Amino acid sequence: MTPQRLRITYAVDGPLRYASNLDLVRAWARATRRAGLVPLYSGGFNARPRIQNGAALPVGFSARGEMVDLWLSQRVEIAAARQALAAVLPAGLAIRHVVEVDEAEPALPTRVQAAEYAVTVETGEPHHEIRQRVANLLSAASLPRERRGRPYDLRPLIEELAVAQERAGAVLLHMRLAAREGATGRPEQVLDALGLEEGFFTICRQRLLLSEG
Amino acid sequence: MVISLDQLERLLLHVQRPGRYVGGEVNAIRKDWDAHPFRVCLAFPDVYELGMSNLGLAILYDILNNQDGVLAERTYALWPDMAAAMRQAGLPLYSLESYRPVADFDLVGFSLPCEVLYTNVLEMLDLAGLPLQSAERDERHPLVIAGGHAAFNPEPMADFFDAFVVGDGEEAIVEVVRTCQSERGERLELLLALAQVPGVYVPRFYDVSYHSDGTVAEVAPNRPQAPLPIRRRVVPVLPPPPTRQLVPNIAVAHDRGVVEIQRGCTRGCRFCHAGMITRPVRERPLEQVLQAVDQVLHHTGYEEIALLSLSSADYSHIGELVAALNERYAEHPLTISLPSLRIESFSVDLADAVSRGRPTGFTFAPEAGTEQLRERINKPIPTGQMLEVAQETFQRGFRTIKLYFMIGLPGETDDDVAAIIDLSHQVRAIGRRVQGRKAQVNVSVSTFIPKPHTPFQWHPLAALEEIAAKQRLIQQRVRGRGFKVSWNDCRLTRVEATLSRGDRRLGAVICRAWEQGARFDGWGEWFDEDVWSAAFRATELDPASYLYRQRTRGEVFPWDHFHTGVRKAYLWSEWQYSLAGRSWPDCRQACYHCGIMSEFGDLWAPGWGCPQGGSET
Repeated sequence: MTPQRLRITYAVDGPLRYASNLDLVRAWARATRRAGLVPLYSGGFNARPRIQNGAALPVGFSARGEMVDLWLSQRVEIAAARQALAAVLPAGLAIRHVVEVDEAEPALPTRVQAAEYAVTVETGEPHHEIRQRVANLLSAASLPRERRGRPYDLRPLIEELAVAQERAGAVLLHMRLAAREGATGRPEQVLDALGLEEGFFTICRQRLLLSEG
Repeated sequence: MVISLDQLERLLLHVQRPGRYVGGEVNAIRKDWDAHPFRVCLAFPDVYELGMSNLGLAILYDILNNQDGVLAERTYALWPDMAAAMRQAGLPLYSLESYRPVADFDLVGFSLPCEVLYTNVLEMLDLAGLPLQSAERDERHPLVIAGGHAAFNPEPMADFFDAFVVGDGEEAIVEVVRTCQSERGERLELLLALAQVPGVYVPRFYDVSYHSDGTVAEVAPNRPQAPLPIRRRVVPVLPPPPTRQLVPNIAVAHDRGVVEIQRGCTRGCRFCHAGMITRPVRERPLEQVLQAVDQVLHHTGYEEIALLSLSSADYSHIGELVAALNERYAEHPLTISLPSLRIESFSVDLADAVSRGRPTGFTFAPEAGTEQLRERINKPIPTGQMLEVAQETFQRGFRTIKLYFMIGLPGETDDDVAAIIDLSHQVRAIGRRVQGRKAQVNVSVSTFIPKPHTPFQWHPLAALEEIAAKQRLIQQRVRGRGFKVSWNDCRLTRVEATLSRGDRRLGAVICRAWEQGARFDGWGEWFDEDVWSAAFRATELDPASYLYRQRTRGEVFPWDHFHTGVRKAYLWSEWQYSLAGRSWPDCRQACYHCGIMSEFGDLWAPGWGCPQGGSET
């Protein structure tokens, strides 16, 4: 019997925002079993259901387009699997779509190239000032910074950055940041570079961008 | 008022493990607040990750939410970083289901599994914005009650709780709720009505007088409605276990499904509080356990199930149960956990069977190093048998054996401590012969606390210096490759022992310790002995008088007005047999007249470990 590899795009909100990547993987495993589906277990001493998240979602972030690959040992109709899973997901996880992926395709994390974020930040800075800082940042050739004592250049990690919306006391920033292995930009680093790290902010990862399969 | 997740969010990003504070677990029950006129908040005075595996709370959550017109939600202790953030933000302690302030509930029920959580209770009441003292609360506040194993000596917490439920809570909690619903008037009327509910203790209706030496002279009711003694509640037949168990979204301790297969224990170990206060043994029918396991797995998606009891191998159908589970879940990667196995071949068979070809570790609890001392504590196991079983365990492929010992047991000599060291080395030597360098022996050494309602209640706690010296000796001698030794802080043991043996004058000490910052006392990083010493000095109570006296037969204990069903005369005779070095076989083979059948024999039902009709009736 050939296993089935499902790729689920999902949203994360509410209490699930405070779950770690490992917690989310566990949540999918448990949901699969509650749904009456049979996960495919990796062999070995401690058999674990085969589940692979596209990219770890930092604790505290909500998301609208996370992706997970889930292997089932018994094939099912995609629509039926989706329905069964949707009925048993914890509050805060929602399926947006499900497709079947060929077993030969490369691992999901290796295909993630970038991620888009919607970042709402509270700030007293005038909006024109923020727009100016965004423009300065984008025109810089390099942005040498440090993370955990290691120097790196933030600039090449920023693929897009724009003020998407302005309202009294807050701005909504759109960011598209690299999310490749060894080259991952974090929205907080961009806020930091913009001098906006002091304000209260919420971050929603809008979608993951994959390389062409 | 409802606290919104948006409000909390501003705090959550700045505290450790924010997932503790947001709820949203699978199988959490969120009922319509307005449609359910009676609201209960179940409170656990330790951190979420530990509270989530508390079985008592899970049972009551299930029972209460199945009552018409009743909703039950949960709250746990806030870690100090979150407590500080909440105070700064001016937000009160809230429930995890509907984010309602705890003060908005009609009833707040604390689970008290152990005494080191007492300061957390005060912290939670304070965070909830409730007066700490029962006397300062009235009908405008929720009724605040407690139950659990620590409630068998509730006196140290008598100032803070309006009432306690002593014994099994399944039936009593429903009676408490119905009483609250029919007595919506003044608090005093409600408390008088509650005092009529069997198993319920309302401390303010009892006066305690003391002798000049500080020991209890008498406990006397000050109302005709207050019963004396207070009889513990016993459910004759365990109701079916909860199966829609909460599945947390973050990693917690014991993150697995649970089915209690039996309550009570027939072994009669003389140090064991649980074994004395949960008699008689009540077994669940095999079919009910199997069905429950099936339902739990279905509703939770868990891959691990724990079959809970005080002594797994004593469950009459244990062999069949394990065989049936292995057959049913042959294709399912189910992990079965069987706690409290005895040191015997049959238990190794069981551990082997549940390990399903992937043996990991096996726990032995000899408690004492020598056969003589094991006789005294009524846990007789020949050393030869223990070593044979260790050999067998390693041969079956287990790599780790955990050894649980206690120091400070009554009658303990230096030889017993030397024997702990010796036994640990012998087990490691066997492990090495069988498993080579992979063999691991984890030695856990805890300090014996003479608990209320046990045959050892007359015995003093071992002196701090003596305990410290014994711990040092074991640490020095049990070391090297293949050994891991753990022990507990003997200063914390001293505080814990005082709180478990105290009377109601300790309320002032607990309150003072909390005011000075004591909380999470069971956590090494928060425990501060100086705060407790200062609290004792301030109240002029002498901890030594609670701890280090050898009690005489006639002494009235602060917990004597609670009748567990096991007679004080029986406990005394067991104490005498211990002094004489005498042990008994399991009481399923012969009744030793502990008192349960005289007190509760009318409740007898199939599944009891006591013989029907009993030799006592």
